[in-house]
Amino acid sequence: MVLEIRNLEKRLGDFALHNISLTIGEGEYFMVLGPTGAGKTVLLETIAGIIKPESGNIFLFGRDITVLPPEERGFSIVYQDFMLFPHLTVFENIAFGLREQRLPFPELRDRVTGISELLGISDLLERAPHTLSGGEQQRAAMARALVMRPRILLLDEPMSALDAASRIRLRQELKRIHRNTGTTVIHITHYFEDLFPLADRLAVMQDGAIVQVGTPEEIFNQPESDFVAHFTGMENIFRGSAVRRGDEVEIDLGPIVLHAVTPLEGDVIAGIRADELILSPEPFDSTARNTFRGTVSEIQANGVFSRVVVDVGVPMCGIITRQSLFRLGLTPGQEITVIFKASAVHVFPA
Amino acid sequence: MSNPGRESFWSRFRRPDSTLIAFSLIGSTLVIFSFLALATITLTQLADLTFLVRVATDSRVINSIALTFGAGLAVVFILLLFGTPLAYVLARTHSRINSLVEALIDIPLVLPHTVAGIMVYLLFMQRGLLGAPLKDIGIVFEDALPGIVMAMLFVSMPFYVNTVREGFQKVPLHIENVARTLGATRFKAFVLVVIPLSARHILNGSVLAWGRAISEFAAVIMIAYYPMIVSTLIYYRFTTGGLKESSAIAFLMIIASFSVFLVIRIATRYLGSYDDRV
Repeated sequence: MVLEIRNLEKRLGDFALHNISLTIGEGEYFMVLGPTGAGKTVLLETIAGIIKPESGNIFLFGRDITVLPPEERGFSIVYQDFMLFPHLTVFENIAFGLREQRLPFPELRDRVTGISELLGISDLLERAPHTLSGGEQQRAAMARALVMRPRILLLDEPMSALDAASRIRLRQELKRIHRNTGTTVIHITHYFEDLFPLADRLAVMQDGAIVQVGTPEEIFNQPESDFVAHFTGMENIFRGSAVRRGDEVEIDLGPIVLHAVTPLEGDVIAGIRADELILSPEPFDSTARNTFRGTVSEIQANGVFSRVVVDVGVPMCGIITRQSLFRLGLTPGQEITVIFKASAVHVFPA
Repeated sequence: MSNPGRESFWSRFRRPDSTLIAFSLIGSTLVIFSFLALATITLTQLADLTFLVRVATDSRVINSIALTFGAGLAVVFILLLFGTPLAYVLARTHSRINSLVEALIDIPLVLPHTVAGIMVYLLFMQRGLLGAPLKDIGIVFEDALPGIVMAMLFVSMPFYVNTVREGFQKVPLHIENVARTLGATRFKAFVLVVIPLSARHILNGSVLAWGRAISEFAAVIMIAYYPMIVSTLIYYRFTTGGLKESSAIAFLMIIASFSVFLVIRIATRYLGSYDDRV
């Protein structure tokens, strides 16, 4: 275990971090997901040592670092707006931390060159930060953080300021860097597209508290609260491999094959919102591309809506009104048809 | 219609921006006022060059200008040393005391300078709260250079502290945080990142404070009529020797001040030009 956070409390004006406890393993890619204002950045800056908690402790390899200043923790941080030093060249930006360590120049130069090659910014080293594109600035900021060989890399929404195409590229880049360096990463995001390709585990935050911790599949498939279910928005998450068939792809989940519309192929995550499933006692023909026959395995009646889980080879969760539940007279064990459109299948890279 | 190029040329004049034109006419009143003041004194002085040269080579005049500029420089030095840390604390903390401190610093802005002069005099006179103990170690303020510097310092403080505080506030806190996670202490982050990124503001604050310091008259004469700074000298010559002599010194002061500002502006043209992009 690299980092352990125990019962962290911090009040900042109207906002408060409340009873945060987390453990993060060696080499783990840990994500923190939550809406704006949930306290994700405050948590990250508390881990970095920039914000001092009122109570609770942070342990690094078992040593209490709660009051250690940021410069002695050996963590690097990358903010969403990059925060390159505008008065220094890209080279001097990356070398900043090494100069603080008084590293001899030949070694410093080798380290800067090495990390620049890994991030593909070797040609930009003599440039001033403001002449770089958003994606290039992001890489430079990442290089400046990684060159320190940080014990933990802290990423504060590092992709929010990028366009969609750069975001996809950087996501692959992050995955590659994490695999190559084995650095422990804590990554804050509010995009759940980031989760499946990157996260080993994640924590969901709400109003300054952590409401659930688990693997992406656990969080999406077994949300422990309405908030998590609502925030993640998808109750049906499957891993599969996608193969193109004309305008569509077929996603093989093992027991069944889904039809979906996506540019992606290969290993993917398919997500279907529960309210996009149509349940019918009798099979019927329709324009919807996905029709599966299964048995009702579980019915949870709560309030106006009821959750119905149908085993079609994989468990699929649908949401129907209480009225429909009575009208259809659904009971566990009953045979039923599940129907949804190809466009209802949201596909993410795995 | 047969000549589209000509038509587009005329179309530029079809809808003049009446607001901008009206505002330019109204605003030019101030420009003309300033220009006429400058032109009048220049023309009268150039009409009698031999007199101007005689005044310019008068050692009392030269000493007085040097004294004024030197005292202003001392003020800037003190402000760099004491005002910079104060500005940083005000920029980076959000305590309730801050607004009280800012109000205290701003006091000279809203007081007649004779009042500021009385305040400085009461504090630094030989029986004053600070004047008395400092006299014991040999520093006298009444009719002496330290008195001039203290009076100038008091009135120029807000210009420096406010300008530099704004500069520090423009440096994102996150950029300091990055420097610290990279191994810099807060002080080193301040020196290596915050100072370079607010260099423009520090320079502007210094120039404003220096300009304010050398232009002070009322506050200075309360505590130090002698040695005469330029303002005192001009006033003294005006009341004893008349308009001709005093306006010659005034003209020399205009030339000297302009030259200094011009040199500073040119020398620092590129200083901290990245700080707008922070």
